[in-house]
Amino acid sequence: MNVTLSINGRYHTLDIDPRTSLLDACRDHLALTGSKKGCDHGQCGACTMLVNGRRINSCLTLAVMHENDTITTVEGLGTAENLHPMQAAFVEHDGYQCGYCTPGQIVSAVGMLGEIGDGWPSHVTKDIKTGTELSGDEIRERMSGNLCRCSAYPNIVDAIETAAGKTKEPA
Amino acid sequence: MRPFEYSRAQSVGEARTLGGRYIAGGTNLLDLMKLEVETPEQLVDITRLPLNEIKETEDGGLKIGALVTNSVLAADERIRRDYEVLSRALLAGASGQLRNKASTGGNLLQRTRCGYFYETSRRCNKREPGSGCDAIGGFNRIHAILGQSSNCIATHPSDMAVAMMALDAVVETQQADGHEREIPLKDFYRLPGDTPHIENELKEGELIVNIRLPKPKSGYHVYRKVRDRASYAFALVSVAAIIKTDGNTITEASLAFGGLAHKPWRDPKIEEMLVGQGPRRKLFEDAADALLAEAQGQGENDFKIPLARRTLISVLAEATQGA
Repeated sequence: MNVTLSINGRYHTLDIDPRTSLLDACRDHLALTGSKKGCDHGQCGACTMLVNGRRINSCLTLAVMHENDTITTVEGLGTAENLHPMQAAFVEHDGYQCGYCTPGQIVSAVGMLGEIGDGWPSHVTKDIKTGTELSGDEIRERMSGNLCRCSAYPNIVDAIETAAGKTKEPA
Repeated sequence: MRPFEYSRAQSVGEARTLGGRYIAGGTNLLDLMKLEVETPEQLVDITRLPLNEIKETEDGGLKIGALVTNSVLAADERIRRDYEVLSRALLAGASGQLRNKASTGGNLLQRTRCGYFYETSRRCNKREPGSGCDAIGGFNRIHAILGQSSNCIATHPSDMAVAMMALDAVVETQQADGHEREIPLKDFYRLPGDTPHIENELKEGELIVNIRLPKPKSGYHVYRKVRDRASYAFALVSVAAIIKTDGNTITEASLAFGGLAHKPWRDPKIEEMLVGQGPRRKLFEDAADALLAEAQGQGENDFKIPLARRTLISVLAEATQGA
C-alpha cells in the first residue's frame, strides 16, 4: 500500500507491505541506513528516531501508521561537515567503541534533552511535583532504553552533559 | 510476521465497524506479531481517534483518553500533583522511547512476559488454549505466587495498571454495537482459571475509549518497584500505596501489587486491617502475612514470597513515618 512519509524535511511516497516497520522503510526503501537494527524488538534502542519531536523505537511501529508525521533520523540531525552538537560531543568524548548503537544513542539523547526541556520528570527525579534538572543520574535513567554492549556508557554520559551545555569537572 | 490487512479509523464509530484488531502504540502487539504469537488478519489503526486528552470531570477526577501516551500522562501536572503514585508507576516502567509510544489503553491490555508465552515452540495455554503450561516446572522466576491456576502461572507486567488499581480507576468502553459501558478496573481483569487466554472483560470488538480516575486520594503516595536492574526491567514485586494518617492513626489505605499475579492484585482485607490502627512494625507484618497467606511458589519464584512481605512492610513504614 502507499504511504507518504516526511523524513528529515523531505517527502517520500512508498509502495510498501503494511508489515514494514518504520525502521525497515528507512533502511531498505530509502537508503537511510543510519538508524540501526539491533534487536528489532524495542529492547536496545539502536533504531531510535524522532517522530513529531519525540523519540521512539522505529522497529516497533509500522511505516503505514506515520502518514503526515514529521520524522527525524540521525541523517537529519547533522552532516559530516556540519555535525549536530550532540554528534560533535560524542566525537569529542569518544562516546562509542564499535559505533553500532551510536546513531540511536545520539537521536535518543537529543529527544531526551527535549523531554527535560519540557520539564518531564523521570524515575530518579526526587520531587516530581516541581521541576527537574539535568544530572548524571537523570541521564543514566533516561537513557536506559539505549544499550551499548561495548559499555561506552561513561563517555556517552559525558558527551550528553557537554551537549546539554554542562561542563564536567575534571576527575 | 503474518500478512494482515491494514486500515485507519478516523472516528470511534468507524473503528468499531471496520472490525479487526485495534492497534495504538503497538509496542507490545507488533513485538508479538513479529514472533507470530499474535496473528491478527485485520489491523485497525486507532491512533488518529480524538482520544488523546486528559480532561477534568465534574466529580473532581480526571478522564484520560485511551490514546494519551504513557510519557504525557506521567508528565501531566495534575497527575504529578494529585495522583503521584500513577506518575511514579509510569516512570518506573519501560524506557523513554517506549513510554513515548505506549498508550494508556494499550498499557492496560499488554500481555504477560512469560517466556513460554513468547516461545511458540513451547506449550502455553494462554497462547494456545489446551496445549499445557511449560512454565510450571520450567523457568518460572518471574511468575505468579497468588491467584495462579494449574493452567497458567503468568503475571501481568504493567506498572501503570497497579497504580490505577490503587486509585480505583474505571475503564470506559464502547462495545461493537456502539453501546457504552464502564468497568471498574478491579473487575476488569480475570484470573487465569482454566481460560488463561481470556485476560479481561472486554468483548470482541470492544474499544477502550477513556480511563477515569475518581477525585484524588490524599495521603502519602508511593510506588515501590523491585526488579533485577535499576531501570528498564519488569517488576519482580511492586507495591502502589496511598496511605493517609491522622495524628497517630492510619485513616485511609489503598494498596495494590504488581508482579504477584495474573492481574494487578488488590486485597481489601489488608487495607481494613490497617485503617484505624496506629502504625507499628507488628501491624505491618500482620498485614503482609495476611496478604501472602495463600501465596504459593513455583520453585524458582519462591523468593517472591519473602520479597513481597519485606517490600510491603518497608512501604508501610515509609508511608507512615512521622505519623
